[in-house]
Amino acid sequence: MAKVKIPVNKVQELRVICKKFNNDPGELINVLHEAQNLLGYLPAEVQEIVAEELNVSVAHVYGVVTFYSFFSMLPKGKHPISICMGTACYVRGAEKVLEEFKRRLDIKVGETTPDGKFSLSCLRCVGACGLAPVITIGERVYGRVSPEDVKKILDEY
Amino acid sequence: MAKFKYHVLVCGGTGCRASQSETIAANIKRAVAENNLANEVQVIKTGCFGFCEKGPVVKMVPDNTFYVQVTPGDADELVLEHLVKGRKVKRLLYVDPETHTAVSDSKHMDFYKKQLRIALRNCGFIDPENIEEYIARDGYSALGTVLEQYSPEKAIEVVKASGLRGRGGGGFPTGLKWELTRKSKAEQKFVVCNADEGDPGAFMDRSILEGDPHSVLEAMAICGYCIGADKGLIYIRAEYPLAIKRLKIAIEQARKYGFLGNDIFGSGFNFDVTIRYGAGAFVCGEETALIHSMEGKRGEPTVKPPFPAQCGYQGKPTNVNNVETFANIPVIFLKGADWFSNIGTPKSPGTKVFALAGKVNNVGLIEVPMGTTLREVIFDIGGGIKSGKKFKAVQTGGPSGGCLTEKHLDLPIDYETLVANGSMMGSGGMIVMDEDDCMVSVAKFYLDFTVEESCGKCSPCRIGNKRLHELLDKITLGQGEEADLSRLRNLATVIKDTALCGLGQTSPNPVLSTLDNFPEEYEAHVKEGKCPAGQCRALMQYVIDPNLCVGCTLCSRVCPVDAISGSKKTPHFINSMVCIKCGACMEKCKFGAISVQ
Repeated sequence: MAKVKIPVNKVQELRVICKKFNNDPGELINVLHEAQNLLGYLPAEVQEIVAEELNVSVAHVYGVVTFYSFFSMLPKGKHPISICMGTACYVRGAEKVLEEFKRRLDIKVGETTPDGKFSLSCLRCVGACGLAPVITIGERVYGRVSPEDVKKILDEY
Repeated sequence: MAKFKYHVLVCGGTGCRASQSETIAANIKRAVAENNLANEVQVIKTGCFGFCEKGPVVKMVPDNTFYVQVTPGDADELVLEHLVKGRKVKRLLYVDPETHTAVSDSKHMDFYKKQLRIALRNCGFIDPENIEEYIARDGYSALGTVLEQYSPEKAIEVVKASGLRGRGGGGFPTGLKWELTRKSKAEQKFVVCNADEGDPGAFMDRSILEGDPHSVLEAMAICGYCIGADKGLIYIRAEYPLAIKRLKIAIEQARKYGFLGNDIFGSGFNFDVTIRYGAGAFVCGEETALIHSMEGKRGEPTVKPPFPAQCGYQGKPTNVNNVETFANIPVIFLKGADWFSNIGTPKSPGTKVFALAGKVNNVGLIEVPMGTTLREVIFDIGGGIKSGKKFKAVQTGGPSGGCLTEKHLDLPIDYETLVANGSMMGSGGMIVMDEDDCMVSVAKFYLDFTVEESCGKCSPCRIGNKRLHELLDKITLGQGEEADLSRLRNLATVIKDTALCGLGQTSPNPVLSTLDNFPEEYEAHVKEGKCPAGQCRALMQYVIDPNLCVGCTLCSRVCPVDAISGSKKTPHFINSMVCIKCGACMEKCKFGAISVQ
């Protein structure tokens, strides 16, 4: 068993989430969505608790967590940056925008800055293709981003 | 209900919301109240108008004035001029790029002229969060008619007669699917709506769910009645928070009005809908994978047969249709199967929604009758290629589709024609590319996607696509050899023939179609070590033309690696050994002295 690091009240909340879905293994993905909303990510110990509550193996939960790109086992930065790598954004220069973010933050895709402020990831299409290339920081969507805009955007945070 | 003289429709789709359309709506509301018009003017946040390129869009009804690229600061002027003084705000009208005149009514815009909106009939017209607006547009009357006047068999006959085919990409006849599920004997059956729109660059289903969620719920109930199911499930991507929110509101309202729940319309028919979330896996658009995902498992596909119609969700007969397919159903019952089958082509009746994106002037959501040509879509509706560049290719069908070229532009769009030409309908993504796009890189881009999204269950897809990607990578790095081209083709064909599910069987399409349509481009990469589009960095060399360079030093200052040398007012020089080919110097040069060779 992994060492328990998350606060006791969060563990309690996690069990409440599982109960809300009647501890039904068929609801595993919905449970994991809410768990990730609660904690920001899904570390091993969370998966163990969910497995116990839903009466499935930890391997099954781990299998599901790692299958879907929406779930993360690593904590994200305070301001998670996502660069849209959908086709529409790709042909309108998303790669150059990504390069600029990587250069300015000095991290790779999937990493978080040492101060925990920003994390960088790619996603496939937020559906705002009219604004391509698009990036999102938290809930906020930025459209028609050029590499020159990157500094200005980062300075907002 | 209050009677309003004016309705101000503000686009509340994801694209326009990203450009502050919510603040625009709030500002207009405030300005309306300040001018004491609150009893006469209603401000409504609608679904997507489709013209995303010119968003945020605001439309005034009843005079249909269509304002484009509105900002929150324009709200006061719009209210004071248009609503109080009755004068149009000319500077916010759409300007026709050819005639340079302002067009105020959307039906006179080229973007809308050739469109026919069936699945999108309510998007941009109604408030998707208010069921009464849907009812006012004949909403739920198709469900009422079916429950009162049709037997399930007769209703299925109507769907069959309409000729409607699955809009998710496969094109399987919808009526036949319903009939097969009806014939499966079981105590419990399910209706599933596939809203896992995973194609990058496609946003048709999202816009329908955001703009007209009730049409999907109504169709699911009709489907439930036909096949004998009392439970419906919508499998939707977690990346679509707005669509999820509006669906939840719609389900609540439909329950309250008795369109979902027990004994609908007093007919004794029960039906209810719940939502299941995806978690970011492209393969879950495949129906067997989708069903496994809904059961809380890894979304891996299984071999068909058994088809979901016999053994689907929880082992019970399940009918899976895509969002757009469902959105067509209520209209078919209201206007008749004959009306529907007369639109489009004999083999592919009706319309198709496309998400037009990429290097085209009018990016947006469009709906055209089947049989419309690619040229009409890209040049008439889409307004041609951005920045006056030359059209090179159009990619349809997403990562499973292919690239079509100039010579395909006059082909009619329907299921068979696209497949015969090496692409496919797919769910409706349509990405336009221009002369600056390298087709080898585009094929690599799609393979990148497939490699990442392959579920790993079958080896042709898991290993084969990885090898395809490696070959393409090698070619774009300038290390390719001629034999690689036949290797690519062989491997692609094997994957196509042997992969387990739709994802693997179609994943080599981008490679095969670019090999077929752009052989010279592949050859230039492997034989001459050149990328004709100038996109493959490893094959590029930036040079300064000494005749054009005035020695302003701007390029050497912007170069991140100090690869540019030269003193003031004398021609500069790029050291290609140091140059990382970032292109920053070329963007900055005001004299056009830097070029790629």
